[in-house]
Amino acid sequence: MMLQFLATKTIRAALTMWLVITFVFIVLRISGDPTDILLPDDASDAVRNFYRAKWGLDRPLWDQYLSYWSALLTGDFGISLRNNLPAWDMVMDRAPKTLLLGGTALGFSLAIGLPLGILAAWWRGSSLDRAVMTTAVFGFSMPNFFLGILLILTFSLHLRWLPSSGSETAAHLILPAFTLGTAFAAQLARFTRSAMIDVLTKPYMTTAKSKGASEARRVFAHAVPNASVPIATILGLKVGELIGGAVVTETVFAWPGLGRLLVHAVAVRDLAVVQAILILIAATMVATNLLVDLYYGWADPRVRVGRTKGARA
Amino acid sequence: MTDLPLTATPAKPRAPRMPALVLASAIWLSLMIGVMLAAQLLMPWDFEATDLLGRMKPPFPLAGYDPAHPLGTDQLGRDLLSRLLVATQTSIALALLGTVLGAVLGTAAGFLAAHRGGWVDEAISALVDFQAAMPWFIVAMAVLAFLGNAMWVFLLLMGLYGWERYTRITRGLVLTAREQGYARAVHALGAPPRWIYARHILPNILGPLIVQITINFPETILFETSLSFIGLGIRPPLTSLGQLLGDGRDYMINAWWLAVMPGVVIFLSTLAMSMLGDHLRSRLDPSLED
Repeated sequence: MMLQFLATKTIRAALTMWLVITFVFIVLRISGDPTDILLPDDASDAVRNFYRAKWGLDRPLWDQYLSYWSALLTGDFGISLRNNLPAWDMVMDRAPKTLLLGGTALGFSLAIGLPLGILAAWWRGSSLDRAVMTTAVFGFSMPNFFLGILLILTFSLHLRWLPSSGSETAAHLILPAFTLGTAFAAQLARFTRSAMIDVLTKPYMTTAKSKGASEARRVFAHAVPNASVPIATILGLKVGELIGGAVVTETVFAWPGLGRLLVHAVAVRDLAVVQAILILIAATMVATNLLVDLYYGWADPRVRVGRTKGARA
Repeated sequence: MTDLPLTATPAKPRAPRMPALVLASAIWLSLMIGVMLAAQLLMPWDFEATDLLGRMKPPFPLAGYDPAHPLGTDQLGRDLLSRLLVATQTSIALALLGTVLGAVLGTAAGFLAAHRGGWVDEAISALVDFQAAMPWFIVAMAVLAFLGNAMWVFLLLMGLYGWERYTRITRGLVLTAREQGYARAVHALGAPPRWIYARHILPNILGPLIVQITINFPETILFETSLSFIGLGIRPPLTSLGQLLGDGRDYMINAWWLAVMPGVVIFLSTLAMSMLGDHLRSRLDPSLED
């Protein structure tokens, strides 16, 4: 059962990747003749036809689709039309910076959002609960570009404590990571609270209480593991928002990551770079959701039990 | 069930959680709708009129402000209040249009999936999964790069943002509702499916859909303003709140109000809608609330 579960999920992930790549191929093809974008306006038809033949645009569509795939599988994502570097190398050059920013922001929002959500659910209706929930609404209503600008005005221009742009030192990371993590932390706190409340009203929580389990044991051994499954699911889905937020945050703080590269590539219509980033992000999303599914399979005894029958959940 | 005493008071409606804040939110949103409808009448100046001698005038309480420009002027001496009004009009109208488009499209797809079942249902569900799996902001950027920034492309992207959530909700609710007494009764009376969906099931599932709209609307505002902020959405000579903010960012040292004022308008609008949505949700579906 566990194996079958894994197989289904892996096939699904592969299917999604196939859909994304096909989608990119189709959009690329309907976006118009690349020779219009790449060649000067006064290029003659002979020159245009030469390049069409060179890039394989005169071949049938299915043939182009196959060679598109074989290029991707050998790591060839095309050449950036702006500086003639392989698009994939440009993307890989920037990826670590975005991983650093996104990872820090994710860690920050987990560290803030999870405990606050758990506490708010446990002391539901208390003033702490109300304070956390009201702050959360403010947190996710705040556009991250505006939060970033307010932080720059306060901490960079007025107080002069922290740098407003660049990525050279750890101090450069503070404002962008806070900007990117805040809305995510707020959403996480809210979702954690409702997932916990859902679990806390389950009969097994009453059973645990009547058995005389301590408060800490009931929260951490019973409620949190059960609530972690929906929380992990939502985390997987929300990673996409984090990536979108990273694009905006990198623009605000001139953070030299993938987001700024993407904004620039879109502005000048550097399609090779855009498609490389798009496919990388899709792969990240698919991998994240596969991890979430694996966690789900590991955490939920109903999935796991097929393999270890009779084992205690 | 034992006899209920006739004097029993009916259950009191739940007290609103934050009445003052909810009221303030409703007032702010009405104001925004008013601006959307009548920005041109409210504008004290032409929003594109430049005045190179009166550049970067500060807003009202600050020293050196110009009474003719209560919110100050920008780097070309354009009146910030007038620009804010036009930008608000664009942003709110686009968000409203995008939200309605998504809601109609998504709900229709949900009805279709539930009604037809079979491969139609499968195909729509696959599209829903695909939409949920990709960060739409990134897809939107890519599409704008591939197809170019035309207004209809932009509007379509905004409309498609979040449609899948309506589909999910509608599909699930319709499937449940169809099995309930009232729908079966009307069906037995010979009503055609379209009539049952439109007149009987839709009103019954409207609550969750409205809640979804209140969640989707602020997100659509953020979607548009974010894209415009990074320079890929609304571009000059048109203006949106995100574009104003992105523009004002270059003058933060000398004229902070150029970036802060549009930001405040965006923040208050998304906040007001979320507050109102929370309130509405607790009224429409008390089971979700504590």
